[in-house]
Amino acid sequence: MSAAWLPRLNGGASRRIFVLLALLLAVLLAAPWIVNDYLLTVLIVILYSAFTGQAWNIMMGFAGQLSLGHALYAGLGAYMAAVLFVDFGIGPWIGFLAAVPVAAACGAVIGFLAFRFGVAGVYFAILTIAFAEFVRIGFDHIAAVNASAGLFLPVRQVAHNDVWHLRGDPAMFYYVILAATVVAFILCRLLLESRLGYFWRAIREDEEAARAAGVPTFRCKMYAVMISAALTSFAGVFYAFFYNNLFPEQVFNIGRSIEMILGPVIGGTGTLFGPILGAFVLTGLAETLNSIMGAFGLGMPGATQVFYGVCLLVVIVVLPEGVWPPLARRLGLTKEWP
Amino acid sequence: MPFDVYLNVVVAGILTGLVYGLMALGLSVIFGVVRVVNFAHGEMMSIAMYLAVVLFASFGLDPLLMLVPIAAVMFAFGYLLQAGLINPFITRPEHSQFLLVVALAIIIVNALLLIFGPDARTVQTSYAYDSFQLGPVLVDASKAYAGGAAIAVAAALFAFFRYSRVGTAIRACADNYTGALVIGLDVKRLYALTFGLGAACVGAAGCMMTLIVDVTPIIGPTYTLLAFVIVITGGLGSMAGALLGGILIGLTEALAGLVFTPSAKSMFAFAILVLVLLFRPQGLLGQRLS
Repeated sequence: MSAAWLPRLNGGASRRIFVLLALLLAVLLAAPWIVNDYLLTVLIVILYSAFTGQAWNIMMGFAGQLSLGHALYAGLGAYMAAVLFVDFGIGPWIGFLAAVPVAAACGAVIGFLAFRFGVAGVYFAILTIAFAEFVRIGFDHIAAVNASAGLFLPVRQVAHNDVWHLRGDPAMFYYVILAATVVAFILCRLLLESRLGYFWRAIREDEEAARAAGVPTFRCKMYAVMISAALTSFAGVFYAFFYNNLFPEQVFNIGRSIEMILGPVIGGTGTLFGPILGAFVLTGLAETLNSIMGAFGLGMPGATQVFYGVCLLVVIVVLPEGVWPPLARRLGLTKEWP
Repeated sequence: MPFDVYLNVVVAGILTGLVYGLMALGLSVIFGVVRVVNFAHGEMMSIAMYLAVVLFASFGLDPLLMLVPIAAVMFAFGYLLQAGLINPFITRPEHSQFLLVVALAIIIVNALLLIFGPDARTVQTSYAYDSFQLGPVLVDASKAYAGGAAIAVAAALFAFFRYSRVGTAIRACADNYTGALVIGLDVKRLYALTFGLGAACVGAAGCMMTLIVDVTPIIGPTYTLLAFVIVITGGLGSMAGALLGGILIGLTEALAGLVFTPSAKSMFAFAILVLVLLFRPQGLLGQRLS
C-alpha cells in the first residue's frame, strides 16, 4: 500500500472545487446553530438521502449495474443493529460491524446469481427488486423480529448525547450523518480514481470491450455490489436509531429503493456531487411543496410522490445527464473531477 | 386435508393464473417488439381496475361486459404514451428508458391515491358467490368467467399477430428494426400500436382481476413485479411462455396459500424466479440466451 492515495484524492481538481467544498462543509457544520429543529430534521433527511444515493451510485453510476432493491441492504442493516440492541444490548457501532458482512453477503448472492447467468440490465434490476420483496415478506413472518407488528427501540431520556449508543438530540444525529456523508464522499472519490474505479467505468461504458481488454468483469461487478451494499447498511443502522421503529412493510418497501435512486438520478448518476445536489434539490422542493400545501390546508397523501414522479420525468426528458454535469460546466469546474 | 380441497385450489389457481398470464402477455408483447421494459405495467392494470370499479359503482355495468370498452380506452392510453413520451426514448440507453417508465409508475400510483384514497374498492357482482359443480370440483363462477375471458383475449391476440397484415408487420419490426425501416414500414407508428395492444391486454386483464381481488392504489407495483416474474419464468419474447408462466405462478401462489399462509404466497413466486434464473435462465419456453 503506497501513500498514493492523497494525490488520488485531490489530483486533477481545480482550486474552485476545494473552495466550493470548504464553503459547503462550513455551512453544513454551522447549520445546527443557525436553523431551527424542523429545518435540522429536513437537513438530516437530505444528508441521509445524499448518503444512500452515494452508496447506490457506486453500483449504477460507477459500474453501470442498475439496482432497484437497495432498501434490502438498508433494511438488513437496520434490523441487524436493532435486534442486537434490543435483545442483547449491543450498541449500534458493533451492530454496524455485524451488519456489513450480512449486507455484503446478501449483495454477493444476488450478484453471483445475476452476473454468473448473464442476467443484465433491467433484468438485473428486477432480480434486485424480487430479492428485496422476498426478504420483506420473509421479515413479515419472522417472529423473532416481531414480524409485521414492528420492532421498537427503547427510547430513553439522556442528559448527554451518547454517540456510542446513538442516543441524543437531533444535532447529534445530524453530525453523525454529516460525518457519514463526508466519509462516503471521500471513499467514492478514492474508489473512482482507483484501478477498480477505472475497471468499473470501462464496464459501464462497454462490458464486452472491457472483458476483451482483460478486465475481470465478474469480480469487479461483485466488488461493486458488495461495497455498495455494505455502505448502504450503515444508512439502515442510522435509520433504526433515528426513527426508533422498524416495520418490514416500510423499511424494505420498494418505495424506499426508488427514493434512494431519485437523488443521484436527478443530481447526475456517476458523479460525486450528483447524489448530494439531487438530495438537496429533491427534498428541498418536496418540503417547500409540503409547507405550501399545509399552509392552504391541502395535506393530501400522494401529492408529494406525484411531485417526485413529475420531477423525475422532467429531469429524465430535459436533462438526461442530471442537474450537476451542466451546472459544473457552467461553474467552470474541470471535467477531471466528475 | 381431503384430496378435493387440493383439487379445488388447483383449479382456482389455474384460472387466476390465466388472468395473470394475460397481464404478462401484454408485458411480453411490449418488450418483445418495442424493447422497452414497461415498469408501469401493474400500474396500468390498476387504472383499468379503477375504471371497471367506477363504472360498476356508478352505472352498475358488469366488468365482463366492460372488458372491450376498457381495453379500448387502455389501447388509446398506451398508443398515446408510446407516441408522445416513449418513442423519443427508443434510441436512449436502456436504464434511461427504464427510469422514464418508473417515473410514470410513481405518478400513476400516487395520482390514483390522490383521486380514490387509500381504501380498497371492490365489485359486488350478482354472481360473486355462485359456483359450478364439476364432479368433485367446485369452481368459483367469477374465476371461471375471468379465466375463460382471458383465454378468449389471448387467442384473439395470437390470431392477430399470426394472420393479420399489421400483426405480421409488427413481427417484422421485432425481428429486424433496421430491416423494417428499410422496407418502408412506419416503425414508430407500429411501436405505438404495439404498446397500445399491450396496454389493451393488461386493461382486459384488469377488468377480470376486479372479479378476483380488491383494488387499492398500491397494488400496481406488486403486479408489475408479478408480471416480470411470469415473463422471465415463461421465457422472454415467448407469448405462449407468458401464458404458461402465468398458470404456473397462479398455481404456485394458490398452493402456497393453502399449505402455508396466504400472506407469504408471493415468496414462492420469487423462489420460482430464482430457480428459473439458476437452472434455465432463458425461461421455460424461451430461446437460449447468447
